[in-house]
Amino acid sequence: MTPLLSVQGVTKRYGAHIGCADVSFDLYPGEVMGIVGESGSGKSTLLNCMAGHMAPDAGKVVFDTRTDGPRDTLTMSEPERRMLGRTDWAFVHQHARDGLRMGVSAGGNVGERLMAVGARHYGDIRARATDWLERVEIAPGRIDDRPTTFSGGMQQRLQIARNLVTGPRLVFMDEPTGGLDVSVQARLLDLLRGLVRDMGLSAIIVTHDLAVVRLLADRLMVMKSGHVVEAGLTDRVLDDPQHAYTQLLVSSVLQV
Amino acid sequence: MTDQAYNFAYLDEQTKRMIRRAILKGLAIPGYQVPFASREMPMPYGWGTGGVQVSAAVLTPDDRFKVIDQGADDTTNAVSIRSFFERTAGVATTTVTTEATVIQTRHRIPEVPLAEGQILVYQVPIPEPLRFLEPRESETRKMHSLEEYGLMHVKLYEDIARHGHIATSYAYPVKVEGRYVMDPSPIPKFDNPKLADCPAIQLFGAGREQRIYALPPYTQVVSLDFEDHPFEASRADHPCGLCGAVDSYLDEVITDDAGGRMFVCSDTDYCETRQAAGHRGKDAA
Ligand SMILES: Nc1ncnc2c1ncn2[C@@H]1O[C@H](COP(=O)(O)OP(=O)(O)OP(=O)(O)O)[C@@H](O)[C@H]1O
Ligand SMILES: [Mg+2]
Ligand SMILES: [Zn+2]
Repeated sequence: MTPLLSVQGVTKRYGAHIGCADVSFDLYPGEVMGIVGESGSGKSTLLNCMAGHMAPDAGKVVFDTRTDGPRDTLTMSEPERRMLGRTDWAFVHQHARDGLRMGVSAGGNVGERLMAVGARHYGDIRARATDWLERVEIAPGRIDDRPTTFSGGMQQRLQIARNLVTGPRLVFMDEPTGGLDVSVQARLLDLLRGLVRDMGLSAIIVTHDLAVVRLLADRLMVMKSGHVVEAGLTDRVLDDPQHAYTQLLVSSVLQV
Repeated sequence: MTDQAYNFAYLDEQTKRMIRRAILKGLAIPGYQVPFASREMPMPYGWGTGGVQVSAAVLTPDDRFKVIDQGADDTTNAVSIRSFFERTAGVATTTVTTEATVIQTRHRIPEVPLAEGQILVYQVPIPEPLRFLEPRESETRKMHSLEEYGLMHVKLYEDIARHGHIATSYAYPVKVEGRYVMDPSPIPKFDNPKLADCPAIQLFGAGREQRIYALPPYTQVVSLDFEDHPFEASRADHPCGLCGAVDSYLDEVITDDAGGRMFVCSDTDYCETRQAAGHRGKDAA
């Protein structure tokens, strides 16, 4: 089977400082990959390099495109990469305000990606926005309210709806449950798990939180100082960690 | 009559050449915002210094110049700009649309169809149609270059969601020749159809924002809309109180302290020409 995403030797330096170094892995369709590690270990750097938000210094990020098969997204033209970014790819930010338009209604936020790919029927756009609000458990009556009037958990769910409405094949998430209350986190995790399962989504999830990867990720990469120190099936890594750093993480000595 | 302390039309020849280059580039790429080095003009920005600089660059001694502000030739703004060019360029002026070769305007397109050989110069406060939702200029420039215009429809979507219809009634965004999305300056959307397929040259100057853009004659200009909420060039549903016109854009005018009001053509030349030809509205004296 062709990997949906093949990451090969991705390296990013900030001056002399290492952001992430020589990271390689394959992600297969329908798989969820978790990336864990302490603060500053390079998780976001890696994610941003993969999602095209940042140009790595070395490496390839090969995506199995619908029309042309596997393509290195780093050498694609910018219009092609941006097109991927609003069709087959989605990016869920830790802070909903980075991923939402706070001055636009919930319906407009969800509809934006549809309009970006050419939807021009107001009634259809609204119907699909309503459907997606329901799927992320936001009352359809809130469709014309701005996200500023939503709770943190609702904003995060709105951000997810806005990203998934075009049926992306790969979702990047950076700490999607970070900064939320524990009970709100649990509800969001259940929702994400349901969506991943129902839509057969492939996803890469960055998190500090081992409970998040336990619940969502098929496989896990553990990062330290920009390097991947251990990788494998989630249960194997968490239940039988091989690397000393992973053992520390799992024993929660390093848990934030 | 010309004040000889100034070069013809106030600006020096080098500046005018620079502005003409921007105009030519704008005409070559209809709807594209061309940056230019806007000069200080002896008037405040709100008075249309972008339009004034464009007019200065296109005027020749043989031109006949008209200035309208919201359709009227006699507002302070229009009178000042007209007399500025009378003084600095010595050009003939007129209030009659059909006689003018260069018309500078704020907020309106004349009612009488423009003709080949005429130039309409718009004063533009904010040239960037994507500004209200995306304040970063680096990003809006990218959106234009990559034709990423979904955001324009988000604005129209928000209008319908809030008001039940597209409530944007001024500066209504258009797509030019199927390529660039353009802000037509704050003209009423009633005027949008006149932008399209127009025999005259249309030039847009934004002074503070240092941008010039243009529509060459007979350019395709389409107002953005949704399939189920099509664009409508609406006007107040009255005849003009003075000339009885039913096809012109109207201003509501308060006539007395008791709250009396009437609707009259905003294009004063159009209204006066019709009255001179014997047309009368119900409020005509
Ligand atoms: N823009 C930047 N300029 C310089 N150094 C940076 C920049 N962004 C990140 N770094 C550094 O690169 C390393 C990796 O940072 P990164 O943000 O990827 O870590 P992270 O694992 O996402 O951390 P966190 O869990 O706190 O979000 C850190 O040492 C960080 O200080
Ligand atoms: Mg991070
Ligand atoms: Zn009239």
